[in-house]
Amino acid sequence: MTRFVAGRIGFYTLIAVLLAFFTIPLLWLATAPFTSDPTYEVRMPDFTSENFQMIIDHPYALWSLVNSLVLAVGTAVLVVVLSALAAYALSRVRLPGRDALLYALLLLSSIITGTAAMVPLFQLAIELGLIDSQTGLILILSGGLLPAAIFMIKDFMDSTPKSYEESARVFGASPLQIVRHVVVPLVRPGLATIAVWTIANVWGNFLMPFLLLSDVEKQPAAVIMYTLYTEGGQANLKVLSTFGLLYSVPVVLMYLFVSKKYGFRFHGGIKR
Amino acid sequence: MAAIELRGLTKVYPGGVKALDSLDLVIPDGEFFALLGPSGCGKTTLLRTLAGLETATGGSVVIGERDVTGIQPGARDVAMVFQDYALFPHMNVTDNIAYPLRIKKVGKAERQRKAAEVGARLGLDQLMDRRPGQLSGGQQQRVALARVMATQAQAFLFDEPLSNLDARLRLEARTFLKKLQRELGVTTVFVTHDQAEALAMADRMAIMEAGHIRQIGTPAEVFQRPANTFVAAFIGSTPMNLLDAAVRGDTLEVAGCKVPVPVSAEGLLTEGERLVYGVRPEYTTYSAEPAEGSLGGRVSIVENLGASHLVTLEVNDVAVQAVVPEGDEPAVGDEGFAAPRRDRALVYRDGELVSA
Repeated sequence: MTRFVAGRIGFYTLIAVLLAFFTIPLLWLATAPFTSDPTYEVRMPDFTSENFQMIIDHPYALWSLVNSLVLAVGTAVLVVVLSALAAYALSRVRLPGRDALLYALLLLSSIITGTAAMVPLFQLAIELGLIDSQTGLILILSGGLLPAAIFMIKDFMDSTPKSYEESARVFGASPLQIVRHVVVPLVRPGLATIAVWTIANVWGNFLMPFLLLSDVEKQPAAVIMYTLYTEGGQANLKVLSTFGLLYSVPVVLMYLFVSKKYGFRFHGGIKR
Repeated sequence: MAAIELRGLTKVYPGGVKALDSLDLVIPDGEFFALLGPSGCGKTTLLRTLAGLETATGGSVVIGERDVTGIQPGARDVAMVFQDYALFPHMNVTDNIAYPLRIKKVGKAERQRKAAEVGARLGLDQLMDRRPGQLSGGQQQRVALARVMATQAQAFLFDEPLSNLDARLRLEARTFLKKLQRELGVTTVFVTHDQAEALAMADRMAIMEAGHIRQIGTPAEVFQRPANTFVAAFIGSTPMNLLDAAVRGDTLEVAGCKVPVPVSAEGLLTEGERLVYGVRPEYTTYSAEPAEGSLGGRVSIVENLGASHLVTLEVNDVAVQAVVPEGDEPAVGDEGFAAPRRDRALVYRDGELVSA
């Protein structure tokens, strides 16, 4: 009996320590922006708005959030539209070596936005006049995310019955009408998943915009955060914590919204 | 409204499987036509080729005097009901019925008016706002029919229209479909593997086997005079007796007994010839007393069919079946005699019907 109780106590202590490990940084993020003089401790805040005023006065901070939004939404729209069309075609047309092609794309995609391809991508962007351009960055980010998106959405397409489309075909619907009227509504949860996944990916991406955008006015929040230091070169916890909070709120809200509206259905290569 | 004509229609799937082998078929305007056959006989391929969902390898499809062989499904002016009905799950009943009109760019108000009209005709007026998932199988079928009616196509194609319904509902739907087709007068082709369904609903039917049409005819013709042993064995809720026979003068020797040559084959047989003698259990009279030209044996099985019984006699180790009205059924082990009706019995030479 004592051994059992001791075991339980040990178990819950372990869980508590693990939870604290993840909770304390979040608590810090929630309290530090409202504290006049934040340190690395979690303290009871004194509810000052001074830190937020500093962010508003910062020349780039709020704009960088808008830039992040532009990049994330732009990439998401491109990825969702292109992956839906490509996945539909790959799901319905029998091509020799189709699966091999998909897996090869998936493998190579991790290189495109990875460090290995940085120099050639940079060269390519310069040659095409897409350096320091948000359009260029959106194209490159989309290219990196598309293969995985196609792979995920193809699974949704595969599981929708063909008779729906054949029925629409006999009524005279064109392939694009079939996609718009029948396929897209049926795979909407999948498309929502892809959109959220893309936005979260772009929102948190530091390296690509850092390398490809030189104009500070075009930089997204992830890059601007890196510049929030005091004159002495120390991390400015007042601004950093406040900006960090503002940076994370949109993503959390988006998750909650989409999860409530569509529900997430991640099931990678697994058939239902 | 239009007639459908197939000329030498051939479909070969990649890999060399010949699903349709040079079929010729004419379905007159307004006919309710059944394509019947076992699984894999090509009946669904034929229907899908008519719809344009499969492209013909050879031959042509003519609908209403227009050759549509190379034409896209949407431009053929046919409408199809799929086996699973293929109702769009994200649209309500109104939008489902109005979908063909939406493709034809009919205005929204007109679409909804038309959908409501067709829906009301099929008794769907209380269900117009529901999604397909909230409907029973029979209601879903009526929505699929309403959607097809809204197209005002020249011909309707039904793929196994009753197979997704439960047994009880199937009988109701059978009557309903036949009545609806008669009222609309639209040329309709349907596929089924159930011979009772085909016999009950069709004006005429084609029985298919391995990409070939084995017989075309009205249900009565097909039931009474199957053109070959395949059709004879396939049609009928109780299988036809198909027995080896030899010609002996003006009688046939069947299972060691003598039966008269059937009316249909009189004067067409040669002495000593080996044939197959066919008679339906329904056209075979059972009695406990020996009679002229009957097959005598011992009762081995009695199956209850409701208002009648199917009696199996062992005649010299050959099974012969007869349908016996209720009340007259023998007990297992009794001695009995089965007398085929001479005007209904048939003779097959090399699998084909012998007749003038």
